[in-house]
Amino acid sequence: MDMKKVRKEKFADFLATLAEQKLYAPQKVGESLRFAPVTDSGKVELEMSNTTVPPKSVFFPQTETLYRYEVGNTEIQQPAMGGVDIVLGVRPCDARAQVIVDSLFGWDYNDPYYQERRKATVVGLACNKPCVNCFCLSLGGGPASTVGLDLLMTDLGDAYLLQPLTEKGEKLLALAGETVETAAAGDREAAESLHGQAEQMITRKVETAGVAEKLPGLWEHSLWQETANSCLGCGICTFLCPTCHCFDIQDEVEGLEGRRCRMWDSCMFKEYTLHASGHNPRPTRRERTRNRINHKYSYFVQKFGHTACVGCGRCINYCPVNIDLVEILRQVKEAL
Amino acid sequence: MCNNANPYIPYVATIEDAWFETVGERCVKTFKVTLDDPVARKNWRHQPGQCAMVGQLGVGESMFCISCSPTEGDFLRFSIMRAGKNTQALHELEAGDKLTVRGPYGNTFPVDEWKGKKILTIGGGIGQAPLRPIVEYVKANLDQYAGLTMIYGARTSGDLCFKDEFAAMSGRDDLSCHLTIDVEEEGWEYNVGFVPSLLMDLSPSPENTIAITCGPPIMIRFVLENLKKLNFADDQIYTTLENRMKCGIGKCGRCNVGSLYVCKDGPVFTYATLKDIPEAFA
Repeated sequence: MDMKKVRKEKFADFLATLAEQKLYAPQKVGESLRFAPVTDSGKVELEMSNTTVPPKSVFFPQTETLYRYEVGNTEIQQPAMGGVDIVLGVRPCDARAQVIVDSLFGWDYNDPYYQERRKATVVGLACNKPCVNCFCLSLGGGPASTVGLDLLMTDLGDAYLLQPLTEKGEKLLALAGETVETAAAGDREAAESLHGQAEQMITRKVETAGVAEKLPGLWEHSLWQETANSCLGCGICTFLCPTCHCFDIQDEVEGLEGRRCRMWDSCMFKEYTLHASGHNPRPTRRERTRNRINHKYSYFVQKFGHTACVGCGRCINYCPVNIDLVEILRQVKEAL
Repeated sequence: MCNNANPYIPYVATIEDAWFETVGERCVKTFKVTLDDPVARKNWRHQPGQCAMVGQLGVGESMFCISCSPTEGDFLRFSIMRAGKNTQALHELEAGDKLTVRGPYGNTFPVDEWKGKKILTIGGGIGQAPLRPIVEYVKANLDQYAGLTMIYGARTSGDLCFKDEFAAMSGRDDLSCHLTIDVEEEGWEYNVGFVPSLLMDLSPSPENTIAITCGPPIMIRFVLENLKKLNFADDQIYTTLENRMKCGIGKCGRCNVGSLYVCKDGPVFTYATLKDIPEAFA
């Protein structure tokens, strides 16, 4: 497939060719950087390390309506599904994470809300400057990984190299028309050199081989209590995790209008597992911390064949008390 | 399998009949319901052990075991203990009222695999609700099983569910029903004592037998211990687990014990599976 490039001065025009479609890209929303519908291409922010909120929020919104009803009536109205055509500016780790989450939303029962949105074209953005807590290399990823992407963009300084990876990616480039040009011979080499340099910048590493097998034996290990001692139970590690997918379902009623919606939930919350009887199988943060790590590094592996972590580093970057997943994994590896 | 293209959309059902099984703060009320949509009703298939999400629009849904056997007819039964907000709202419903049902969910007791064997159910309190479909199923197909023994206990006689049905089981030599309550009561003519002790008194042979136990965690713990003392093998012992659930279809995350989702991989498990999962009985 032919590589193209778009010069930065033409980038707004390039985005304009996609204006007919529902395009999501990173934008500043309040204090955070997250994927939002593009109405003004000037607001698209690609000079970033990574978004605060991963693009899972596009495919699996923080709150969404499952269906509506009128109180006292049993008629159910389903909302329109889909509504996402292109998600642009996705970091390779987050694209890989979405593929991991796909296996959850598609096993046995299909989740139509999620799967309709997943039909969107995913345009990745290679990392030229990984963050200090990135450890994607340890999870089989990398700053230019193409898993889960239809098109990969690489920032060459004055232009973005556009590397189509799938038919959907080709189609997107076909729409771009005159705003893109054929990549020059040196562009690909320049991009590869940037990718190589980026890999060199990733210094955090953890040996993940054997962790899944080792975790069951560490059930009563003191590291869970030690980690839980500083944990505030705020749940940010799960909300901002690109592979965390747990949700709650709640009814919201205003006057006669009701809706049943789902919203992100967190295994770090007490209410998550609290029975109506008052019994809680995971009563303290020790059990909840243990479950979070076991779920990512053992249970998900047993069930779906891959680790539910891509090394994006968000849980480390945003933890208010500096709980460090890499450090936990190191302790797991070293534990006797 | 759920019969809907969108697994989150429930069926609407009408309550045909509703009655209290027990009284008190945590009373149990049974609802006999039929799905309103005739096609859904026709396509509905459930087996003993399976569950469904039952609720009301505007209130919420919770997971309950289906407490009837498909051999009983074209309806569903749920025996629901009043415990939280949702069950409290359900308890206010009467015959003629509507509720919503999603399901059937989860795996089943392997009642076909058990054919030719003796079936022993050991229940406590509301734990008899998931066992009742087995009892009814085996009763309806008794010629295919080597016998049915039921042990069921509760704190008081007032806490026993399905009392009327057990009276009809006494005096039959092809099945035996052993009831027990924790403390002596005037007029009580059956056993007095805890379920695990009654199990030891009866000392059933493990030979060609399947034991299924459901009840409060403390009872389960001692029943399991006693079944082991009676030389039941781990794969001859079945139980059901319950955990908080929201989706019922293995996505929302919370009902896991180890790598297994109670809603999808369960609720029916053998002791052989559970004994190696440290949080299975947490």
